[in-house]
Amino acid sequence: MRLPESDIQPPRSARKRWAMDLGESSIEMLIRLCGWSSILFVLMIFFFVFREAFPLIGNSEFSFKEFFTSINWRPTSEIRETYGVLAMIVGTLSVTGLSMLFAVPLGLGAAVFLSEFCTGHVKETLKIVIELLAAIPSVVWGFIGYMVVGPLVVEWTDAAIGVNLLTSSILLALMSVPVIVSVGEDSLKAVPDSFREASVALGANRWETIYKVLFPAAKNGLLAAVLLGVGRAIGETMAVLMATGHSTRIPHSLVDPIRTLTATIASEMGEVSRGSTHYQVLFLIGVLLFAMTFLVNLIADLVVRGIRKNG
Amino acid sequence: MNSCTHIQFDHLTVHYGERIALQDVSFTIPRHAITAIIGPANAGKTTLLKCINRTIDFESTARWNGSVYVNQVDVMHKKCDCIDLRRRIGMVFPLPVGLPLSVYENVAYTPRRAGMKSSPELDALVEDCLRQAMLWDEVKDRLQHLGTRLSGGQQQRLTLARALSHRPEILCLDEFSIAIDPVTTMKIEDILREMKKTTTIVLVTNLVQQARRLSDTTAFLSSGRLVETGETEQVFEHSANELTRRYVCGEFG
Repeated sequence: MRLPESDIQPPRSARKRWAMDLGESSIEMLIRLCGWSSILFVLMIFFFVFREAFPLIGNSEFSFKEFFTSINWRPTSEIRETYGVLAMIVGTLSVTGLSMLFAVPLGLGAAVFLSEFCTGHVKETLKIVIELLAAIPSVVWGFIGYMVVGPLVVEWTDAAIGVNLLTSSILLALMSVPVIVSVGEDSLKAVPDSFREASVALGANRWETIYKVLFPAAKNGLLAAVLLGVGRAIGETMAVLMATGHSTRIPHSLVDPIRTLTATIASEMGEVSRGSTHYQVLFLIGVLLFAMTFLVNLIADLVVRGIRKNG
Repeated sequence: MNSCTHIQFDHLTVHYGERIALQDVSFTIPRHAITAIIGPANAGKTTLLKCINRTIDFESTARWNGSVYVNQVDVMHKKCDCIDLRRRIGMVFPLPVGLPLSVYENVAYTPRRAGMKSSPELDALVEDCLRQAMLWDEVKDRLQHLGTRLSGGQQQRLTLARALSHRPEILCLDEFSIAIDPVTTMKIEDILREMKKTTTIVLVTNLVQQARRLSDTTAFLSSGRLVETGETEQVFEHSANELTRRYVCGEFG
């Protein structure tokens, strides 16, 4: 049966629809491009870092076993160059771990305070101050570490010099706290008020509500906050270069000087000749840092999935 | 005030900022009976419930005058121990709020706060509460799943089970049946009739017929004022006030 004339789409509206379809699909393409490009950038960074380090395979002057197990970092030795980064791995891990020990309780505590206990002007002021803290350049932090925190650490402990593991951990903690606070506060704020009311209506006090309801409800965001803090601490270069002492040793106490992977790259990259073994090893350190952050993220992801499955 | 009175509103006025939510409300809620609070939207029904367990504290703009006596203690007073008060009152919200815990832990939340450890005793309590809320058969195989993953109606019954878990002396139900099917609602109503032997139940509802078939006394609110209160039979059959008569007959509201 033929449709009545009036039900057939007039050509003008068909053209309109075609234009709409084009608009729709081009926007979809654009969004797709944005998504893929972020993956592409990560892969390209990985590729370029890896490409510079790749010739080390088969390089007779370099052994991977020595790289991971030796603490001797003598890339400019006259007799025999050695490229052992064990001390730096330990340095990076210890300074990151110690700083997180300070920063996570402090940051999450501040986030809880800001989102649950603070109101009005105090809250606004605190948020602005914390954001300001995040905007301080890392070289200024290094300077503060060198001039203020270091002497204090020498005064309070039996440290031989002010630039050491403890000083740099305190600095890194202070640097990561703003990140942890602002992301943590956002995720706590995203928990609907009805959860708080329901919990309180059941006779729970504030602490029970925070611990039993808000933390589980905001766990993904809080974990992301901690991870961003860890990322900041692992990747930080300038402040640790100035405040760790830059000494290639495995620390035996909290106040021993250390050296981190990032600081090594930063301080030596300018002096190596392009393509030399030393140059390639610095890129290998970059690959190592890459692997470490990847591992941290992977573990966190698995932890979140574990929580979800059990929850 | 006689011993049959459980809750007494005494010249209670509540403002949210400039807006008046309740104005000079005075009436009593008898012990071990079902009291229905009915009235059109914006009448102040939910505000009334929020005063009983002092969750009105969460409304940052709320100010109040007057008193609410629960067991002859003024709970609107500054010095009231709100946490103890809330532990004696069960509250079911109109929009169900499953806490981000497992089904089991949702119900065990209050008993645990009160110091009950995991035990067969707690298991039995959880099962009992879930049975009373007509939810047990649907969730008994997935007690460890997240409570927030249940359907809307199931979550509403979960909040009911949770409200029962601390064996409250007062149970406040704010539109408990909006997401529950009629058959299950009827079953829950039967349980409420059973429960009123030991519990005072305050029922806020928009379903006039539900108020009629379930409650012993009824209070009718409109625009923040108490229009009429009395035995349900009397309020529905022989309304003293023209507004009440028209509302219960479905002529306005």
